[in-house]
Amino acid sequence: MSTRAKPAFTGRRARFIALCLLPGVVFVLLFTYYPMVRGAIIAFQRYNLFDLTATPFVGLENFQAVLAEDRFWTALRNTGTWVVVSLLFQFVLGFGLALLLRRHFRGRGLYQAWVFFPWAMSGFLIGLLWRWMFNGQFGVINDLLLKAGIIDERIGFLASPGWAMTSVIVANVWYGVTFFAIMIMAALQSVPRELYEAASVDGASRLRQFWHVTLPHIRPTLALIVLLRIIWILNFPDLIYAMTGGGPAGSTDIITTFLIQQVAGGDYGRAGAVGLLVLGLLLAFSVFYLNATRFEKAR
Amino acid sequence: MRRLAKVIVLTVWLLITLFPLYWIVVTSLKPKAEIFSLPLRYWPGTVTFEHYTELFSFADFGTYLLNSLMVSLISAGVVTVTGVLGGYVLARFAFPGRGALMLAFLVTQMIPLFIALGPLYLLMSDLDLLNRLAGLMLVYVAMLVPFATIIMRGFYERVPVALEEAAQVDGASRMAAMIRVVIPVMLPGIAATFIFAFVQCWNELFLAITFIDSEDAKTIPVAMNSFITQYDIDWGAMAAATVVSVIPTLVMFAVIRRYIVEGLTAGAVKG
Repeated sequence: MSTRAKPAFTGRRARFIALCLLPGVVFVLLFTYYPMVRGAIIAFQRYNLFDLTATPFVGLENFQAVLAEDRFWTALRNTGTWVVVSLLFQFVLGFGLALLLRRHFRGRGLYQAWVFFPWAMSGFLIGLLWRWMFNGQFGVINDLLLKAGIIDERIGFLASPGWAMTSVIVANVWYGVTFFAIMIMAALQSVPRELYEAASVDGASRLRQFWHVTLPHIRPTLALIVLLRIIWILNFPDLIYAMTGGGPAGSTDIITTFLIQQVAGGDYGRAGAVGLLVLGLLLAFSVFYLNATRFEKAR
Repeated sequence: MRRLAKVIVLTVWLLITLFPLYWIVVTSLKPKAEIFSLPLRYWPGTVTFEHYTELFSFADFGTYLLNSLMVSLISAGVVTVTGVLGGYVLARFAFPGRGALMLAFLVTQMIPLFIALGPLYLLMSDLDLLNRLAGLMLVYVAMLVPFATIIMRGFYERVPVALEEAAQVDGASRMAAMIRVVIPVMLPGIAATFIFAFVQCWNELFLAITFIDSEDAKTIPVAMNSFITQYDIDWGAMAAATVVSVIPTLVMFAVIRRYIVEGLTAGAVKG
């Protein structure tokens, strides 16, 4: 290390920088990083809130216990379904909506304001809303499906393991489409207009323009949006928590609702282990995904 | 033809988007007997406000509302001030560790805070902050500071440095230049950050239900969560509570919708 201090970071200037950053850094260190580190340590301890007489280090015991549980594996499988199916529908419908909203028309601003409505609500409230609509007896969805002649008798959507996952995914798709549409619209608007002009001079049809001009141009942005959405959907237990609490019989448990149940159960050792597993999963997935899309770009 | 199809599709989607909200409002205005009777009515036969009055007389919703308001206002205020300070330094100075700090802030945005729910509970317990609104505020501030700082940095970068330098040439100190010249230009962005933070705090559930179970410290989501853990859900009261709790956030989102869209898309589109 050099003993000579850099002049730019001494005295008043350094003090000013430190002073401005200090509050934020302290908050984040104390209430975000410290608990995360402690959680990572607890994952290797026997740590049950209801029996804190001894909290010995037990190596990988918590991880072994979690991995030996069927419910963990069910939750993991469900997480895959929850993320992939939700994302697929959100993406396709969101893309469609973005294309429809792309050109300016009278009342577009107002329209966007109204379809943005659900975003003012929390996932928890959205979940309650859909829980009521999916009600097996007095739910409006049963009523509408009966009226339309699609079903012959009422279905206990959230009470039957066969329907519960479909139901929570429907709610999630409803919630996420607008968000996707807005992100994709912004991406579409970043395509320079000259590219289209050149393409139409060349006589390219609209479909060809979309395929050869629009898509290649927004592909990197789309990849990033999709990655962010995947992480977000994975980290979004609120909706499921409110609609089914992970039930019936674990059929809508995803990894994050499973984690919350561990915490609520007071076994912080295991909760820490699940937390680390989730973190590892997120990290591995992000690295894999970013590499895969980078490869795509290079090609 | 093409236009007609477009109008129809857009209208259908709008109806699908708004129907659940319509339905919860209608439910909240129906008498109990009508909510639980068939055939369903799509418009209340008798409009009643009994669920709303019930909420405030029996369930003490007024206290929860006040708690939520206090927690959200104070947290959002602290978050905004912290973001205004930190974002300024990150935008205007090059200093050792700046990149690392940005990364440390960004990482927290990718990791959900409830991964550390257990240790946070222990920390709150150690600091004697369980069942206290102050505890909730501290964690909320920590949860939102990275976002606020990063977004404010972006806003500062759009303000020309020349503006500040001009003020400093006139003899104002750096801090004074920031307060008198830069902040007024950024006021809309600052307001948007404040409102966004407010809404996040207002809606937060999992931390709140972990730290709070005494009646006098409950926020609205905590109270509503205790409605659903009861065996029979009183959907009339639940619908009314949903409507009441969503009104403030709806108003605020309407005000800053433009900025939210900008904020959400800024990071993704730049690349």
